[in-house]
Amino acid sequence: MSKVLLEIQGLRKQYGIVEVLKGVDCTMREGEVISIIGSSGSGKTTMLRCINMLEEFQGGRIRLENEDIGYEQAGGVRKRKSEKDIARQRALTGMAFQQFNLFPHMTAAQNIMLGLVKVKKMPRDQARSVAEKWLDRVGLASRADHYPGQLSGGQQQRVAIARAIAMAPRLMLFDEVTSALDPELVGEVLQVINGLAADGMSMLLVTHEMRFAYEVSSRVIFMNQGVICEEGAPKEMFVNPKTERLAEFLKTSSFN
Amino acid sequence: MMDFSAFIDQIWIARYVILKGLGITISISALSIIAGSLLGVLVGLSLVYGNRFLRLVVRAYTDFIRGTPVLVLVLASYYVLSTIGIELGPLQAGVLALAIFCSSHVGEIVRGGLQAIPQGQTEAAKAIGLTFRQTFAYVLWPQALRQFLPAWVNTAAEMVKASTLLSVIGVAELLLRTQEIISRNFMSLQFYFFAGLLYFVINYGIERFGKYVERKTAVPS
Repeated sequence: MSKVLLEIQGLRKQYGIVEVLKGVDCTMREGEVISIIGSSGSGKTTMLRCINMLEEFQGGRIRLENEDIGYEQAGGVRKRKSEKDIARQRALTGMAFQQFNLFPHMTAAQNIMLGLVKVKKMPRDQARSVAEKWLDRVGLASRADHYPGQLSGGQQQRVAIARAIAMAPRLMLFDEVTSALDPELVGEVLQVINGLAADGMSMLLVTHEMRFAYEVSSRVIFMNQGVICEEGAPKEMFVNPKTERLAEFLKTSSFN
Repeated sequence: MMDFSAFIDQIWIARYVILKGLGITISISALSIIAGSLLGVLVGLSLVYGNRFLRLVVRAYTDFIRGTPVLVLVLASYYVLSTIGIELGPLQAGVLALAIFCSSHVGEIVRGGLQAIPQGQTEAAKAIGLTFRQTFAYVLWPQALRQFLPAWVNTAAEMVKASTLLSVIGVAELLLRTQEIISRNFMSLQFYFFAGLLYFVINYGIERFGKYVERKTAVPS
C-alpha cells in the first residue's frame, strides 16, 4: 500500500455560532482519487478549503505528508503558522475553483507562469515552456496567448487546472469545477481530470457529477451535516448504500 | 470686426501674463494631482486593508474632507494654519488644500477599485502560494488600476478646475491673471471666454490622454 499523504483528524470549523464541520476524520493515501459528495451545506467545500487554509479551522489537525497545515502546537497552545509558512504550504496543494478564478489581465500562459516565476523562482523562459507543456496537455496549446475573456468557460477551467497542476502539487483539490459550466462543456473538463487520475495524481474532488464520481474515484466520501456519514468504494456506495441518508441523497441526485 | 482685432491685440499685449498664469495653473494642478494621488493611494489602502482603528480614522478624514467645499479648505489652509504657527505662502497653502481634497477622492476611488475585485482572485492567488504582497502587486493592483483609471482622470480634470479657487488667496494663476487683464482693458466677456477656452483645452487634453491609456491597457475579450 502506498504511503499516507493526507491525514485529517477531528476537523472542526465554525462560522460564528454555526458549526459547519463537526469533527471530520479522513486518511488519504498517495495516488488515491477521492470524491466528496453530499447535499449543499453538508460542509464538503468547507473541508476542501480548510486543507489549503482558504478557511481557518478551530479544532483538529490536517497533516499533509506528516506536516501540520496552518497551525502548530507550541507548548500546548494552538498557534496559526506565519503567513510565509502558510503560503509555502498552500503551494503543496493545487486548487481548481467553481468559478475558475483566472487572472483576467493575464494571458493563459501568464496565468500559469505567475506561480512558477514568483513562488518557484523559475526563470521566465523555463516557466514559459512548462506553461506551454501543460496547456498542450489540456488541449489548449494554441490558446497560450489568449486572455481569459477570449476563452469559453470550459477552456478557462482547463487553463485554471493547468495553472494549479503546473506547480507540481502533492495533492489536487477540485471544488465543483464543472458546476458553473454549460452542459456541453462539462465533458472536456472531466476528460482532463480523468487524464490526471490516470497519471496517478492524488486528488480530492467535491462534485455533483455522480456518474463521474462513480467512474473516476477509488473511494467516495458522503458528507452530511458536517460529518462523514459513509465512505467506501464507489461500487458499494452507489449500488448498496448502507445509510438511509445516502440512499435518500442518491435518489434525489442525478445518478442513474 | 474691429472688436475682434482689438481683442487679438489685447491678447498679444498680455501674452506673457497669460502664459505665466497658465504655467502656474498647470503647475498647481500637476503638483496637487501627484501629491494628492500618492496620499490618496495610502488613504485607499488604509480603507481596505487597515485595522479597525486606522479604518475609522481614515474614514473620518475622507468623509470630513469630502463634505467640505474646496474653497473652505483653501481658505482654512491659508488663514487657519497660520494661527497655529504654520506659515505657508499662498501657493503652498493652496497646493496643500487641493492635494488633501484630491487625496480623499482618490482614496475612495482606490478603495472602490480594490473592493470591486472578486474574492476569488485573492483565493486563486493564495492557492498557488503567493504571499499577500505578491498577490497585491501582480493580481489585485493591476486590475484595480484598470478599473479606476476613468474615475481618476475625472478627478484630475476636477483638480484643474478647482485650481481657480486659489485666486481668492492671491495665487496668480490663470483666472486671477485674466481678471487683472480685464481690469485694464474692460474686455470681460472676451477674456473670460478666452480663459474658459484654455481650461477646456487642458481638460480635453487630460481626457484624451486618459482615453489613450485606457485603450492601451484594456484587456482583450
